[in-house]
Amino acid sequence: MMVPLDPADKLTSQRRIAEGDTVVVYERHDSMRAVAVRAGGVLQNRFGVFRHDDWIGRPFGSKVFGTGGGGGRDGGGKGGGKAGGGFVHLLAPTPELWTLVLSHRTQILYIADISLVVAYLELVPGCVVLESGTGSGSLTTSLARAVAPHGRVHTFDFHEQRAASAREDFERNGLSSLITVSVRDIQGEGFPDAHRAAADAVFLDLPQPWLAIPSVGLMLKQDGILCSFSPCIEQVQRACEAMRSCFTDIRTFEILLRTYEVRDGALNSGAANKEATVGSLPQKRRKFTAPGENADTAQKNSSVMVRPCSTARGHTGYLTFARLRVSDSQTES
Amino acid sequence: MEPPPPPPTGIPREAWEGCSVLLDINDGDRLAFSRLTPAATVKIGNRTCSLKPLVGRPFGTLFRVGADGLVPCTTADAPSRDDSMQDGVDGQVQDETRDNRSLVDNNTAQNLSSDDIETMKRDGATGDEIVEALIANSSTFGKKTVFSQEKYKLKKQKKYAPKVLLRRPSTRSICETYFKKSPSRIGFMRVDTLSLLLSMANIGAYSDVLVVDMVGGLIAGAVAERLGGTGYVCSTYLGSAPSSIDIIRMYNLSSDTVSRIVQVPLSDLCSMESSENTPSVLNGAAEREVVEPEDAQASLAQAVDVAVSDEKAQLSTEQPTDMEVSEPSLEVQDANSSLDCRGGDGSFASKSKPGKRPSPEKMKYWKEHGFSSVIVAAPDHEVESLVADLLPLLSYSAPFAIYHQHLEPLAKCMHTLQVSKRAIGLQLSEPWLREYQVLPSRTHPHMQMNAFGGYILSGTRIQNEQSSHQ
Repeated sequence: MMVPLDPADKLTSQRRIAEGDTVVVYERHDSMRAVAVRAGGVLQNRFGVFRHDDWIGRPFGSKVFGTGGGGGRDGGGKGGGKAGGGFVHLLAPTPELWTLVLSHRTQILYIADISLVVAYLELVPGCVVLESGTGSGSLTTSLARAVAPHGRVHTFDFHEQRAASAREDFERNGLSSLITVSVRDIQGEGFPDAHRAAADAVFLDLPQPWLAIPSVGLMLKQDGILCSFSPCIEQVQRACEAMRSCFTDIRTFEILLRTYEVRDGALNSGAANKEATVGSLPQKRRKFTAPGENADTAQKNSSVMVRPCSTARGHTGYLTFARLRVSDSQTES
Repeated sequence: MEPPPPPPTGIPREAWEGCSVLLDINDGDRLAFSRLTPAATVKIGNRTCSLKPLVGRPFGTLFRVGADGLVPCTTADAPSRDDSMQDGVDGQVQDETRDNRSLVDNNTAQNLSSDDIETMKRDGATGDEIVEALIANSSTFGKKTVFSQEKYKLKKQKKYAPKVLLRRPSTRSICETYFKKSPSRIGFMRVDTLSLLLSMANIGAYSDVLVVDMVGGLIAGAVAERLGGTGYVCSTYLGSAPSSIDIIRMYNLSSDTVSRIVQVPLSDLCSMESSENTPSVLNGAAEREVVEPEDAQASLAQAVDVAVSDEKAQLSTEQPTDMEVSEPSLEVQDANSSLDCRGGDGSFASKSKPGKRPSPEKMKYWKEHGFSSVIVAAPDHEVESLVADLLPLLSYSAPFAIYHQHLEPLAKCMHTLQVSKRAIGLQLSEPWLREYQVLPSRTHPHMQMNAFGGYILSGTRIQNEQSSHQ
C-alpha cells in the first residue's frame, strides 16, 4: 500500500510481492515506471523481458533478471540467469516515487515544492485539507500520506476527465478512503458549504486564485493555513492583495533543488602518466584502476570528486502561505 | 490542568495552561518560546507582562500591551501592516509623485521630545495615540512618499505599540526560530531542508522510523508530529550516552506520542543478541534519564549563550532578531521535576517521558521486519561508517535521508553506496530557498537571504544479492 491505513499494511522486510500489488520498476535513476503485478503479466523494456510470475513471492527491493534483451542468454526458472540478462529493481511505491512515475495529464508539483507545502500547511494525521485543482494528483498523494489514517483530502478539478483519471489512480493506489475527488469550478463557485469552517488547510493551484480566496476564508478553521501556488509573479501579487483583508502572516517563497554528481579518481596532475586521466563522464560502477597503476596506487588515488549537475530546474512557481486571521468574536472572552 | 482532549482533526486550536507556545513579537522581530505556567512572563520593551491572558485564547490571537498587561487586539485597534496601504478604488495604487530629494536626515524633523512622550505615557495615552502624535509633529512626514510614510508608521508602532502574536509551535515554526537565532544548535538545518528530509524518508502514520538526531531533538520531534501517535521514533545514538533531544518539549506532543519516542544505543541495535542484558541496561537508562534534566538545563544555558554569541557574530540585518531559547522560569521548573512542568503540563506526565528504552519485543520486531526508513542528522559526524551500520537495519525498499553540513562526507558515502550496490535512486541535493516581499509596486525578493541550509543524501535500500561482490 502506498499509504498504510493500518499497521498491518506497512512495508517490512517480511512483505512479499503479491498479485495485485503495484511495484515501481526501477530501471535506471532516470527511468522508472509503475506496474500492476498480474499472474502471467509481462514487462518488456530495453533490459529484456520480465515475467511478473518471477516477481511474485519476492520481497520488495529485489533485483530481478529478464530474459533475452541485454545479454541474450535465455535464463530459465525463477529470476533468470545471473549474467547475461538485463535486470531491474522492484520497489515499493511511495508518494515520492509516484510523483516520478505518474502520467502527466497536467504540469505537476515535484518533491521540493511538495515537501515545503506539507510542512508549511502544518499537516499532521487527522487534518482535513481542501485542494484545487487536482491536476495529475502528484501533490494530492503526498497530502493523503500527511493526514492518514483518519484525515481527509477533498480535491476539486473543473475538468471532468482529469478528475476521473485522478480518481482511478487513487483507487489503484489504495487511497480512495483518504481522498475524495469532485468536479467543480472553484474559481467560479467557491468550495462547497459542506466544508465550512472544517478545513485545517487549503491548497490552491489555479490560474486566478484571487477569485477563490474569499471562499477559502469561509472554509478554514481559525488560524488555518492557505497555500497558493502560481507560476507568475502577477498572479502572486493579485492573490496577496485578495488575502490582505482576511489573512495574516502572508509569506511568499521559491524553492529549488540543486543536485550534485560524484565521480571517482584524482585530477590530472599534468605530468606524464596520461593513462591515469579519468574520463569526463561519471563512473558510477567501476572502481577506478587505470592501466599501468597497481592496486595500491589506485587506493591512494581513490578520492571522490563532487560537483553540481549542470542541468537544473530554474523555476516551478511561487508558493504563498497565509494564516486565517482570528476574528474578534473569538478573542473576546 | 490537562490539555484539552485532542480534537478529531488532530490540531489543538487554543492555548491551554502548561502548553508550549511561540511568542512572535512585532511581526517576527523577536521570537520566544515559552510555557504557559501561572508564573510565566514575557518582557516587552521595559515592561514585564504576565502570560496568563493567553490561556484559553485561540492560537493566532494578537495581543497589545494595555495598562494592566497583555490584552487581545480587536479590529478597533490600529490595523497591522497587512491592511495598511489600501489601494485605490480600481485596485491600482496611485502613482507616487513625491521623492526624497529635499529630505535631509539631520534629526531635527521631530518636534516632540522624549520628555513629551513620557508625559503622554503618564497621562495614559495609548501606544497608537503616541504614534499619531509623532506623525503629526513630524515636519517631514508629509513630504515623504506613501511607501516611506508606511515604513515610518510601522517603525513607530513597533516601538510604542508593540504587538505579541500567540503562535502554536509546529515543526516549521520551531525550525525557523532555531535557524534564525541558534542555527548551530540544529546543525544549520533550514526549514526547507527539514521538510525535504521528512518527505524523502516517506514519514507517515504507522512508520517505524529510525533516527540519528544530533540536532537537539528537532528531527525526533518532527517525525513524531508526522506519526500522530502511531508508529515509533527510534532515536539511536553512538557511544553510551544519548545526545539531548530537548527540542521535543516545544512540540506539545500528546503523552501517547511521547511514549513512542524511544532511545537505544546503536551498538544494541546492531547486536540484538544483547537483549539478555536488558535489566542492567535499563538501570543504566534510568540513570541516564535522571541525569538528563541537568544536562537539559546545561544545554539550555549553553543554547542561550550560543544565541548571544550568534547575535554578535551575525551581520546586522534589516530586522534584528533575538530569541530566547527558553524563559528562565522554564529552566527552574525542569531542575525540580525532571521533565514535568509544575504548571501541570499534561503532555509530559511522568509515566510517558520520551527517550525510554524500547521493549525487547519491539527490538525483536525491528530486527525481523526492519525499520520503515531512517533519517540521519549528525551534522558534524563522520557519515560513511554510520550509514554502513544503519542500512542493514532498514526494511528492503525502505528510503533513507541523510543530512550533513558538509558535502564531501556525503559525496564519499554516495560513491561507496553506488559501488557496493546496496542502494539505488541515490541523490545528493542542496535545497535553495528564497523569500519574496509582495506589496503593491514593491514586489521583490527579500534583500537578505540565507545562502546555506545543508545537504541531503537520499536513496532506497535494496536487497543485496546473495553473492554480493564487496
